[in-house]
Amino acid sequence: MGNVIALNDIRRVFTMGDQQFEALKGVSFCVGQGEFVAIMGASGSGKSTCMNILGCLDRPTSGEYQLDGVDVGGLDPNQLAAIRNRKLGFVFQGFNLLARTPAVENVELPLVYSGIHAKERRKRALAALEQVGLAGKEGNHTSQLSGGQQQRVAIARALLNNPALILADEPTGNLDSTTSEEIMNLFTSLNQQGITIIMVTHETDVAAFAGRRITFKDGRIISDSQTGQTGLTRQTA
Amino acid sequence: MDLLQTLKIALRALRTNKMRSFLTMLGIIIGIAAVIAMMAVGAGASHVIAQQIASIGSNIILVVPGSTTSGGLRMGSGGAQTLTSDDVRAIMNECPSVALASGTTRTTSQVVYGNMNWSTLIVGATPELFGIREWQVATGRSISQQDQDGAAKVCLLGQTVADNLFGADDPIGKMVRIKKVPFTVIGILESKGQSPQGTDQDDAVFVPLRTAQIKLSRSSFPNTVGAVIVQAKSEGLLDKAEEEINSLLNQRHRITNSKEPDFSTRNLSEILAVAEQSSKAMSLLLGAVASISLIVGGIGIMNIMLVSVTERTREIGIRMAIGARKNDILLQFMTEAVLLTMIGGVIGILLGAGGAVIVSRILDWPTLISVQSVTVAFFFSAAVGIFFGFYPARKAAGLNPIDALRYE
Repeated sequence: MGNVIALNDIRRVFTMGDQQFEALKGVSFCVGQGEFVAIMGASGSGKSTCMNILGCLDRPTSGEYQLDGVDVGGLDPNQLAAIRNRKLGFVFQGFNLLARTPAVENVELPLVYSGIHAKERRKRALAALEQVGLAGKEGNHTSQLSGGQQQRVAIARALLNNPALILADEPTGNLDSTTSEEIMNLFTSLNQQGITIIMVTHETDVAAFAGRRITFKDGRIISDSQTGQTGLTRQTA
Repeated sequence: MDLLQTLKIALRALRTNKMRSFLTMLGIIIGIAAVIAMMAVGAGASHVIAQQIASIGSNIILVVPGSTTSGGLRMGSGGAQTLTSDDVRAIMNECPSVALASGTTRTTSQVVYGNMNWSTLIVGATPELFGIREWQVATGRSISQQDQDGAAKVCLLGQTVADNLFGADDPIGKMVRIKKVPFTVIGILESKGQSPQGTDQDDAVFVPLRTAQIKLSRSSFPNTVGAVIVQAKSEGLLDKAEEEINSLLNQRHRITNSKEPDFSTRNLSEILAVAEQSSKAMSLLLGAVASISLIVGGIGIMNIMLVSVTERTREIGIRMAIGARKNDILLQFMTEAVLLTMIGGVIGILLGAGGAVIVSRILDWPTLISVQSVTVAFFFSAAVGIFFGFYPARKAAGLNPIDALRYE
């Protein structure tokens, strides 16, 4: 199978006044279809910057980034928005759901921006909620759901456009250990269905669910190892 | 993103902060209500003036005698008795731009019927006058050419005179006495109401000009007329007709460059057009004052939208991460602003129209709510939303998704 992600010598330099800070100092790696990758590193190691670039929220200063066969480097902001919409699903630490909005409307949001018809949107949103085990909760507002349920809604939202890649940024950071495990099990089962996942975390036990672990330090990758945890990744990686 | 969904999102955002949305709208509501009410009052005034213009007849030129100087004492306009029935006939026959001309005399006298009497204006006029002023009789008949030629002792009563002398009786065929001369009432004119100068046009009695000249005037020149009312063939010919009259009368009265004319012409429609212009200017001015409150309201909208953008920075970040383009965000906040002002506009239109109706009921002041003013107000309120919503919306659309997502 082809690579979902191919990073080649990615550098990202931030300029503040006359000070320059190189957050990524030449990062290269590939992620294959169906992999479950954990990105680890202390804060300031460049993992969040890398995540933003992977998520097409930020553009590298130099280097080449191919996402699902598309060279993302040369795209304008509107094209990047379309890429985020069609090829990526985001899961955040803080859930990032719309307040005072029913779960189902949160889930169908990506389809709103890809111009899908209302009926079709609702149908697919309900299916995604069922997939994450929240059937029957579609009418609940965000504030009426527990943390774990909110994260499930966010995962359902990330799944909706059948993305090439799900990007999870500390998805268990705001959850207790029991709920964290539930969410990680959900990720594992999604991965087993063939969905590629890249997850940023600093917790080793959470990273243990992933089949591959990339560790950042000072803007460079210092280790990239297969842990062989999940069956699917071993076959495909 | 489709428009329906955008509207839905905007409505939800407005509903979330009902009180704030209402207070934000208030500026627009007051502004639009003021504009509508002011325009209604102004249009009502213009309408009244237009009616008055119609009541004196259209395309009218007034010719009055000039002043005389007697022993160093100048008598003022109309003091001379220089215009004659022959002049009137000449104007009718020799000025191609003139449709009709009527010589008139005016005098004030007591009119007596039985034991009732009433002081009123006695107008001597040829039959043409009623054509020029488009003045029909309500009952009976008008003054005919035979009445004029034969100096018949007949009269037409204005509505006010008829009411005061006869009350409920039918005046037609009855005898009234003017300056001790008996006249037969042949008709009652329909009511004209107030003149543009505010006098009651119905408080008058009309007799044939020739009768007035012979029977009512003690003048040694019975052929003179007090004034000539001329109707031009069309509005465009007014100036031409005035010129023709001037040159004709100059010639007839042997006026040369060195001599001051013994008559003057006045274009009545022009005077009234000025009155109408000033009423229009007045309502424009009121509208301009009201628009200032709209601008203030618009600034309020901009202020609240800016607060809203800051408050919802995270939401904007989420939407962008999920695939909203800059234009989607821009459109969303613009829709919200325009929705605010348009709802405010509709409420303002209703309030303003209601206010105008109440004003016309209580103060008995005519008001006119035109479709035009409502349409203008509606689109103006939308324009306020677009104008003042653009800056906050652009600010929202210009946010960096990474910063917006991290915003606490």
